[in-house]
Amino acid sequence: MTRDITITIDKDVCVGAGQCALTAPGVFTQDDDGYSEVLPGKENGGGDPLLREAVRACPVSAISLSEQGG
Amino acid sequence: MTKPAPTVSEPVAFPQDRTCPYHPPTAYDPLREGRPLTRVTLYDGRDVWVVTGLTEARALLADPRLSSDRTHPHFPMITERFAAIRERDRRIALVGRDDPEHHSERRMLVPSFTLKRATALRPQIQETVDRLLDAMEAAGPPAELVGAFALPVPSMVICSLLGVPYADHEFFEEQSRRLLRGPTAADTQDARDRLEAYFGDLIDRKRAEPGEGLLDELIQEQLHDGALDRDELISLAVILLVAGHETTANMISLGTFTLLRHPEQLAELRTDPSLMSAAVEELLRFLSIADGLVRVATEDIEIAGTTIRAGEGVLFSTSVINRDTAVFPEPDTLDWHRSARHHVAFGFGVHQCLGQNLARTELEIALRSLFARLPGLRLAAPADEIPFKPGDTIQGMLELPVTW
Repeated sequence: MTRDITITIDKDVCVGAGQCALTAPGVFTQDDDGYSEVLPGKENGGGDPLLREAVRACPVSAISLSEQGG
Repeated sequence: MTKPAPTVSEPVAFPQDRTCPYHPPTAYDPLREGRPLTRVTLYDGRDVWVVTGLTEARALLADPRLSSDRTHPHFPMITERFAAIRERDRRIALVGRDDPEHHSERRMLVPSFTLKRATALRPQIQETVDRLLDAMEAAGPPAELVGAFALPVPSMVICSLLGVPYADHEFFEEQSRRLLRGPTAADTQDARDRLEAYFGDLIDRKRAEPGEGLLDELIQEQLHDGALDRDELISLAVILLVAGHETTANMISLGTFTLLRHPEQLAELRTDPSLMSAAVEELLRFLSIADGLVRVATEDIEIAGTTIRAGEGVLFSTSVINRDTAVFPEPDTLDWHRSARHHVAFGFGVHQCLGQNLARTELEIALRSLFARLPGLRLAAPADEIPFKPGDTIQGMLELPVTW
């Protein structure tokens, strides 16, 4: 049932709105320059139910999820 | 798609005044019943698209084929005042530019507007709010809440963040008001001239004698390196100052009025203060104070079975979009328990509000503290006699007489 998820952030696209960190603070943060960053150890999303909401909240679609069925 | 296609009728005029300060104008009802994109007529007789569906709004606001460049020859002008500014062919920093120029300007500012920075400013915002409430209590009821509280809170916060002396607040608050609301195009131009002259002087003084604030950082890091020139920095400073206080001030005044008109929701919020951040989000959706985002298409765009042609104007009525029944059931009800997330009150795409994290923090602290400190707060005039802003500017209360 669990799928392997990899979170990718395109920092060239990120506008630092902070929506990912606001929506899913258990997975995302902003680095000192304001870019979106995945919290250490949460590279697979950590099963956070808000992960997909955070992806949807990004105003510039800078976050993508790739899933390998498992 | 069970609804019959709306009959072709005269396009609705846009923008129009609200009938109730916290609901979309009743004149927009035809826009709420129709398709996700409709035609509206501007003051100059030009017909443009208005987007009213949330899904379409999110897609289009994130679409690089829609430009924010106000100097584009077909950029729609929603008031005579905006047209006057374009005639001067001035580039407006940030909000009036497209990528890649916009992106590099925004990158310089983002570190000062992160969630962490907003959180770090909490104690200072709380202190500002408490000081203003102390003064209101000391003076005793009644009070005019816009002048005593709603405007000074964000004004003090943005001054401190930018490094602008708050002692000058009467000057820049007045010029911001004229810049956003006229009454005439000449007035708007004059206000912009004065604000630019003010920031020119301030920047020159800061170059000679650096202080503390975002403007000082930009002078040190960007102006000296040539990444920004003086005119660009002036334009950025104007937009940050105006956007930084006018919008939040309107949310505080209109948010307070709305809460006082919804006693059940207010009581619920008092009983359970943990609802406050959800309440701020719902108020942002419900009030949609920046109602009328403007773009121009630079290429043909196919959306929702419609083609937006290159050169056509596209408006976004956030008050209508944020009440899209497909996303927000019973959208005209103020409900702290709904998921208000994904509203477009702060816009969407690359131009989504830079100051949104700061705004949320200010609203949460201001509204919570106001109602906690003055539990008997109520309107000091009949609700329907209290004046609010016309439809062609940021929405909010012109005055808010209160007592407690």
